[in-house]
Amino acid sequence: MQESSSFIPYIKRYLKRCITGPWSLLCGLSVTFKYFIDPRRIVTEQYPENRKTLKMHPRYRGRLEMIEDADGNNHCTACGMCERACPNASINVLSTKNIAGKKVLGRYVYHFASCTQCGLCVEACPFGAIRMNQDFEVATTDPNTLEMILNKKEGQG
Amino acid sequence: MTGMLPPGFRIQRETNTEEFFINMGPQHPSTHGALRLALRMDGETIVELVPHFGYIHRGMEKQAESMSYLQYIALSDRQDYLTAIQNNLGVVIALEKGMNIGVPEKAEYIRVMLQELGRIASHLVFFACFGGDLGGQTCLLYGFKEREMIHDILEEVTGSRLTTNFFRPGGSRYDVPDTFIPRVKAFLDHMDDTMKDYERFLSKNIIVLERSKGIGILSKEDAIAYGCSGPVLRASGVNFDVRRANPYSIYDSFDFEVPVTYNGDCYDRYTVRIAEIHESMKILRQCIDRFPTEGPWRAKEKPVRLPVGRYYSEIETAKGLYATYVVAATTGEKPYRIHTRGPSFPHIAALNKMVQGHKISDLVTILATLDPVIPEIDR
Ligand code: SF4
Ligand code: SF4
Repeated sequence: MQESSSFIPYIKRYLKRCITGPWSLLCGLSVTFKYFIDPRRIVTEQYPENRKTLKMHPRYRGRLEMIEDADGNNHCTACGMCERACPNASINVLSTKNIAGKKVLGRYVYHFASCTQCGLCVEACPFGAIRMNQDFEVATTDPNTLEMILNKKEGQG
Repeated sequence: MTGMLPPGFRIQRETNTEEFFINMGPQHPSTHGALRLALRMDGETIVELVPHFGYIHRGMEKQAESMSYLQYIALSDRQDYLTAIQNNLGVVIALEKGMNIGVPEKAEYIRVMLQELGRIASHLVFFACFGGDLGGQTCLLYGFKEREMIHDILEEVTGSRLTTNFFRPGGSRYDVPDTFIPRVKAFLDHMDDTMKDYERFLSKNIIVLERSKGIGILSKEDAIAYGCSGPVLRASGVNFDVRRANPYSIYDSFDFEVPVTYNGDCYDRYTVRIAEIHESMKILRQCIDRFPTEGPWRAKEKPVRLPVGRYYSEIETAKGLYATYVVAATTGEKPYRIHTRGPSFPHIAALNKMVQGHKISDLVTILATLDPVIPEIDR
């Protein structure tokens, strides 16, 4: 008695699922099929082919670079605020003295290998001397190229 | 028998079959990172499970002691990378309490909108991985497709797709660009359409129903006892959402529901998250209607220096309760200690309760619905 009362609902549920189960799979497949044939739903980017038109947003944080005018002059005063702001010591500001005895920028060494592209250095610079550029293809096979000197001229500012 | 058990296993069991131990992970596609689960098996049935953490421990809390507060905001991105933008806010709110600084209205709207976008992105990854772990690789691509649109928006606003590092005490780093609101609007319209497809795709699928209903039940008492939070807790029938219980930012001024289900099984955890995507979209629509075009987007900029004291903040990320506890022993730029309470750790701790008596293939389902992010557990 006990068995038959739980047995009949079980069979009913089983038969019901035999119908609803395949139907639900077909519903799912209809979505797949819709995405398969509808050209508006293609999202794949043809990456190496569309390189010419591919542009990053202006805020994109790529590689650090120094803002320089046409003659290669920059605004850096070698104050070292960016060096202090960097969480992983990716910047070394090597200062030197000019003829007048004033502290000026000697070399601005940037270790791209350890930079996390957080942008804290740009935020910390009180003179607006550095920015992040929009490079995104930065992979290289030569690790030595990752250590760079950003300023072209010495002794500015 | 006891003498032979590897460390960590406790349950004694009288059987006449031979039990054996296997490792799942640390390199396993469905453990979502480097997590090792040691399983004690009786045939194909799991008797006990012991999780092992720490494969990607980076010592973030120790690192924080030698960092300035601003640098720690950048570091918080790397905890739960799926909700990086939400972690930022958690840290920033604690700092704001210390600095005693207000946030202008527009900045609050920017915050709430980015929070909800981040929540949708994280839940889409859940949707994708849930389908993927159950064997539907198509689903994996669908979830990531819409998440990509969110990341495009985030990239335009914050400058980075994943590690946003965007919020600052008193506001955010930049104002949003003019294209932000139209883009979010376009995304929401697109999302309305797509969510219908996605629910049709997975929610009633017989394979998903059979594999997730009644699997991995976490009772209400257990969920509270283990300290679960977020969708896992709400799927067990506890109506707790920090946005409601302890509103931060301007969440108290929005009209949204907190979805709660009562079975506590895998399917409920799935439905709660899908319902949360809809609620997030509701909040985003309200934000768009009320978004102030005028006004400052950042309070007057001050150096981030905290006076001596202890500051606590808690927010609701997509995974659950994310709390930050800052101890400043000296007035200055550096913390004495920052402690983070991440949501995924208690969920993995409760895993043993959920899997006992289930098959090993169910473990994959259960783990997927917990939606853990291992770097956040290991930190
Ligand atoms: S972007 Fe961040 S990690 Fe890179 S140099 Fe600047 S502060 Fe250092
Ligand atoms: S880049 Fe800016 S912060 Fe860094 S040393 Fe030069 S002036 Fe100072």
